[in-house]
Amino acid sequence: MKPSGNILFCGVGGQGILLASEITAFALLESGYDAKKSEVHGMAQRGGSVVAHLRYGEKVYSPLIDLGKADFSVSFEIMEAVRYLPFLNKDSKVVVNTHQIAPPAVATGKMTYPADVLDGLRQQNISVFPVDGFAVAKEVGEIRTANVVLVGALSTFLPIEEEVFINVLKKRIPRKLDENLQAFQKGRQMTSAA
Amino acid sequence: MTQVSTEKQWLSGNEAIARGAWEAGVTVASGYPGTPSTEILENLAKYDQVYTEWAPNEKVALEVAVGASFAGARVLATMKHVGMNVAADPLFTASYTGGRGGLVIINADDPEMHSSQNEQDNRNYAFAAKLPMLEPSEPAEAVSMLQEAFALSEEFDAPVLFRTTTRVAHVKGMVPTGSRSTGPVEIKIEKMPAKFVMLPGNARMRRLEIEKRQAKLAEFAETYSGNRIEWGDKKRGIITGGISYLYVKEAFPDVSVLKLGMTWPLPEKMIKEFAAGVNELIIVEELDPFLENHIKAMGVTCLGKEKIPAIGELNSFIVKKSLGGDVGDIFPPVDLPPRPPNMCAGCPHRGLFYSLSKQKVFVAGDIGCYTLGFLPPLSAMDACVCMGAGINIAHGMNKALGEEGLGKTVAVIGDSTFCHSGITGLVNTVYNKSYSTIIILDNRTTAMTGHQPNPASGSTLMGEPANALDFTKLCQAIGVKHVTSVNAHDIGQCRKVIKEEIERPETSVIISQGPCVLLPAERKRKKFPFTTSIDKCTGCSMCVQLGCPAIRWYPISPEEAKKMGKKEKQKGYARISVEMCTGCGQCAQLCKFEAITAVEDL
Repeated sequence: MKPSGNILFCGVGGQGILLASEITAFALLESGYDAKKSEVHGMAQRGGSVVAHLRYGEKVYSPLIDLGKADFSVSFEIMEAVRYLPFLNKDSKVVVNTHQIAPPAVATGKMTYPADVLDGLRQQNISVFPVDGFAVAKEVGEIRTANVVLVGALSTFLPIEEEVFINVLKKRIPRKLDENLQAFQKGRQMTSAA
Repeated sequence: MTQVSTEKQWLSGNEAIARGAWEAGVTVASGYPGTPSTEILENLAKYDQVYTEWAPNEKVALEVAVGASFAGARVLATMKHVGMNVAADPLFTASYTGGRGGLVIINADDPEMHSSQNEQDNRNYAFAAKLPMLEPSEPAEAVSMLQEAFALSEEFDAPVLFRTTTRVAHVKGMVPTGSRSTGPVEIKIEKMPAKFVMLPGNARMRRLEIEKRQAKLAEFAETYSGNRIEWGDKKRGIITGGISYLYVKEAFPDVSVLKLGMTWPLPEKMIKEFAAGVNELIIVEELDPFLENHIKAMGVTCLGKEKIPAIGELNSFIVKKSLGGDVGDIFPPVDLPPRPPNMCAGCPHRGLFYSLSKQKVFVAGDIGCYTLGFLPPLSAMDACVCMGAGINIAHGMNKALGEEGLGKTVAVIGDSTFCHSGITGLVNTVYNKSYSTIIILDNRTTAMTGHQPNPASGSTLMGEPANALDFTKLCQAIGVKHVTSVNAHDIGQCRKVIKEEIERPETSVIISQGPCVLLPAERKRKKFPFTTSIDKCTGCSMCVQLGCPAIRWYPISPEEAKKMGKKEKQKGYARISVEMCTGCGQCAQLCKFEAITAVEDL
């Protein structure tokens, strides 16, 4: 019987969340897991808060993660990591891209971006792994690899061999493969010491 | 077990439906984009041997499908739930005519209104139009169920409604796939007037056939493999269907379940057998008590909406909690600034809506990305009901207000929505002599649903060049004497023209031009972004009032202001994200202090 797990991907519409969740799903499938993924399309994609649910195990029924049942969360934006707190539990591991995108009320000065927003997670004893995805992506020379950096950081927690992920990247990423592989490795290094 | 599938693929529900339609031998498909149905035709268009098209609206799409079925083709029509309202006219009579080739109508409901204006439960259409309805629970089921739907349509001479919901359409899973087959009906012209010409005399005869068909379908439902009992713990039995089946299995894996793959007509004998076998019967379904009411009408005692919410989506958490399961403690949500969707940086609609927001008019809006013009800081939409409604709402208000309303109302509508159902409203406005001003927001595409071409775009779903409807000539032909085009990004021009036209005591049309920034050609275009000189910025916040996601306000304290060499009363400054800026220049036009300039060294 294979272990089961739930991964929540969240962020702001247009950040490449679907690609990151897709790569992870393929790695799970290649490793022999059943998986289901739920996405949001349409209006919410226009810069709004977006979320994708990825569930895996021997056999998956519901495509949606229950409240309190996300084992892992990958957030592409800091505040969004906290917005989905009700999906987490005290054992959840959260990979956070340390990137701020101001929502409209903040950008127009009506509200302020909450300071130390990740404390909302740490206060619940949730393990938080901040990753500067864009800085790493710039290092490898391709800003668009930030989502692969985050997948790399997530990958060390999953019951998937590193080789499987690398093969998926080779198969699924047509352009700038070397940069993406480097981004993945650098992402891995950021959580493997933990 | 026989291995029927040749392979498995990772597909979304919509991709699986496209695959299923192709495997079923569909040769014609028509639809109108609408979340969560859009990707079906986009994916079906990638297969060979299928003609696919975007129709201007769902009524057209269904009528095209009826025609193709009359000619003997297996045909698919796709639409979202509210699109079915538009297609309801042909739907109810196509139920009488039936067809020749199998006709399946994909109806995608949107519980929770992720991307819709209401959450109507379209199972009610199956009851009202006396048509069979099938509902898959997941992508894996969709491919085979669609083959069954076509066979059912041909066997019972009825269009088949195939209902999905957002969590079926946009869920991905492993899907067994097979090869393509051919529809059983010869494609040719066959005159069948008693069936195809619905004059009262013929229709009365068909009406009798429909009752016979209903009885036969109900009999079929008893043995249909998509309806099945999974016996488990008999203390409690649950009748469910569609996505709710998966939530039930997740929440209560050991409970007895009657899964209905066919939700209309219902298998009465099977339901009664199941009810008799369990101590307590519960109906778990999203939205309306559709199954519940019809099961209660059979004289079967059950619980339903007393326990299960009728509003919004379900999930296994809600099902578990509603039926007394233990869900544990949940962290309470943290109060955060909301993040609603927003128009993109460089969106042409923003310039037009900013101009409109300064006019103090009632804006009768419509459905599309531009509905986001409702949100602050633009707050420039005062009504939005359904596709094409804005033009008619403005006309109706004008007739009610009389002369008092002149200069105080305006209608806005996107190019795709105008083609969908705005044209007839404009015809009415001119014919019945309104002083309405109608703004057509022409961004060259159906943007909200992901950039589908429409009759004004100049290309088809299959990627062929096509006639691009000329809005100016069309409006003139309808009888509009004052048609003016403006550059949506030119705020000065927009304000001037809007002001002139709304004061005019005759119908006028303004065509606000600016291609969607997310169109491939626009993405490729070299950008010349703008930047803010923090030294020159006085914190007037004019640019911030555009609500552009590339512009952010940074508040400062009096001490910080002083340190920056600014007046102490300056409360902050605005900065443009060079990465996000597309160089539309709207903000630079608003800055009176020349603080916003093009980035020089790129």
